[in-house]
Amino acid sequence: MTDLTDMNKESESQARIADAMTAPSLGIEEPQPTIPADALEDPAPQPVPDLQTVSEERSLMQDAWITMRSRPLFWISAALIFVFLLMAAFPQLFVFSGRTPDWSDLDKARMGPDSVAIFGYDLQGQDIYVRTIYGARASILVGVCTALGAAVIGVVLGTLGGFIGRFLDTLLSRTADVFFAIPLLLGGILIMYTFRTTAESPYFVVVFKVVMALSVLGWPNVYRLMRSSVMQVKPSEYVMAAKALGANPLRIIGSHIIPNAIAPVIVVSTIDLGSYIATEATLSYLGIGLQAPAISWGIAISDASAIGYVRNAPHMLLFPSLFLSLTVLAFIMMGEVVRDAMDPKLR
Amino acid sequence: MSDSEHLLEVNDLHVEFRLRDGIAKAINGVSFYLDERETLAILGESGSGKSVTAQAIMGILDSPPGFVTGGEVLFQGTDLEKLSPKARAKYRGPKLSMIFQDALSSLNPVFPVGWQIAEMFRVHQHMNRSDALAKAITLMEKVKIPAAKERVRAYPHQFSGGMRQRIMIAMAIALDPWLLIADEPTTALDVTVQAQIMDLLKELQEESGMGLILITHDLGVVASVADRIAVMYAGRIVESSDIRPLYANPLHPYTKGLLESVPRLDQKGQDLLAIGGLPPNLLAMPAGCPFNPRCRYAFDKCRAGEPPASEEIEPGRTAACYLAGRLEGAHA
Repeated sequence: MTDLTDMNKESESQARIADAMTAPSLGIEEPQPTIPADALEDPAPQPVPDLQTVSEERSLMQDAWITMRSRPLFWISAALIFVFLLMAAFPQLFVFSGRTPDWSDLDKARMGPDSVAIFGYDLQGQDIYVRTIYGARASILVGVCTALGAAVIGVVLGTLGGFIGRFLDTLLSRTADVFFAIPLLLGGILIMYTFRTTAESPYFVVVFKVVMALSVLGWPNVYRLMRSSVMQVKPSEYVMAAKALGANPLRIIGSHIIPNAIAPVIVVSTIDLGSYIATEATLSYLGIGLQAPAISWGIAISDASAIGYVRNAPHMLLFPSLFLSLTVLAFIMMGEVVRDAMDPKLR
Repeated sequence: MSDSEHLLEVNDLHVEFRLRDGIAKAINGVSFYLDERETLAILGESGSGKSVTAQAIMGILDSPPGFVTGGEVLFQGTDLEKLSPKARAKYRGPKLSMIFQDALSSLNPVFPVGWQIAEMFRVHQHMNRSDALAKAITLMEKVKIPAAKERVRAYPHQFSGGMRQRIMIAMAIALDPWLLIADEPTTALDVTVQAQIMDLLKELQEESGMGLILITHDLGVVASVADRIAVMYAGRIVESSDIRPLYANPLHPYTKGLLESVPRLDQKGQDLLAIGGLPPNLLAMPAGCPFNPRCRYAFDKCRAGEPPASEEIEPGRTAACYLAGRLEGAHA
């Protein structure tokens, strides 16, 4: 009999979860309505066929997913990101004219769009459409790697600072403050100018340099968030319970602290990714990021924005800029959607 | 383990919290023992040091600010306080185990409950994933979670309060500990579920023979399950006794006040009796007996000098009061 009452509470709470699809139950016990006697015979009536799967196994991530998939903004940004990722990985898929990015015909320099080169031709008579497609790789590579790099540095240091605290925390936090005070672009210019690249430097070395420069400047953002969120999770009862049941500090950090503290980092990293892509383009525009023969939207914009070209051949500027804006926008939109889904306080 | 040894023996335990405002002496010389198969209830109001005692035994005090400044915790004859943190951590789980008041916040919200139970086996017994999960299902059945097989992949927030506490109990008994400390296990639950959880604990204890320390402020919970009872006030055990005589004849004025303040069905409509005043500020303890400002029997001796020492009044019953056993006759 004792079990039956509990089972009824279970089905009751399942139904409640199904009702409140959006928010995880906060453990506030609602008054249990009296259950008619015949309900005791069948403790788990399932009116909706897939209720079982929805209510049975929902983690924070799954919760976030359910919230996100109902938002058009999510699908728009996801589609854009997917296309750009595909473009970065397999640019050939998007080129139907058979031209390579190195193809050039000086006779056609600065000419407007025609039936083959739908975006027109640049200074060297190269196909802007092809160059723009191939340029995605640099932007995406720099953006994703920098976001990952900054996240790894920030999460590791933030966890150490927040969990161990005391002297280490002070040291790390003040160091982070120092880096935080340097504007991303200014710092990027300084670092890239100090460790200069030449046209001969291999592609990946140059990309790596830009990634390193931006990660070193970008981690304090992640660090601050991770530190505060670890400090919030650390005194929670499940950490105490894990300790009482014999978990060692490494396991407490690995399975209890980090998984519960990481959500804001995911949000901020996604939003920051967009700004890293923009910064890479700016550095390339200034001639100290990626350099020709590397193909990058920043370089293309830089080439196209010399005096005279903007008025005479605006297509040279328009298309790389459009792609750059779209990519940055896609990642920032995605970040916003993820934030809304993961942080119920903002809803 | 020799015959004379208790499963757990706490001798003159002192714990203090070093805070910015001063030193708060949370535990001031607590001593008690527990044998196998025995249930000891530690009773007291909020801030009396019940939970701190439990955390000190487990070795999970937040330090700083909490420090064990004296006394010994003998578990099967070994003084846990003398062990290195690493050696001590090996006791937690397989030998000593603990459950907490709010089972929702005691379970990690981002992992399925089965995963969390299975983790106990994977960490301590290096079991592989699928074996550990199978054991987790068996345990969930043991603590009477209906449809354990289906629910093993559900998350903590999908369970009701009573079910969550069952999961917590499953985790705590996973490695067959010798001693289980239950820190207010039923406070967050409604009365019917409370009874089920207490029954479950009792049943598991009978099965495994573990010692159980039950921390509570609920006299009703204590009466049905405990063998012995220790009443704490301001970091001291003011009275310890077998369960029956305590209810019949409390030795300490504080215990007496507690018993009188229990609402009774046969006295419906009357005002509830309460112990006047508040527990003392741990940063500024009164001189003499810490209970004297609230005690209706207090006389001059109670208000000065050291607090009264704990003395055996009857066989198996101790109390820390000058008037212990003479309360009826004392002028109120």
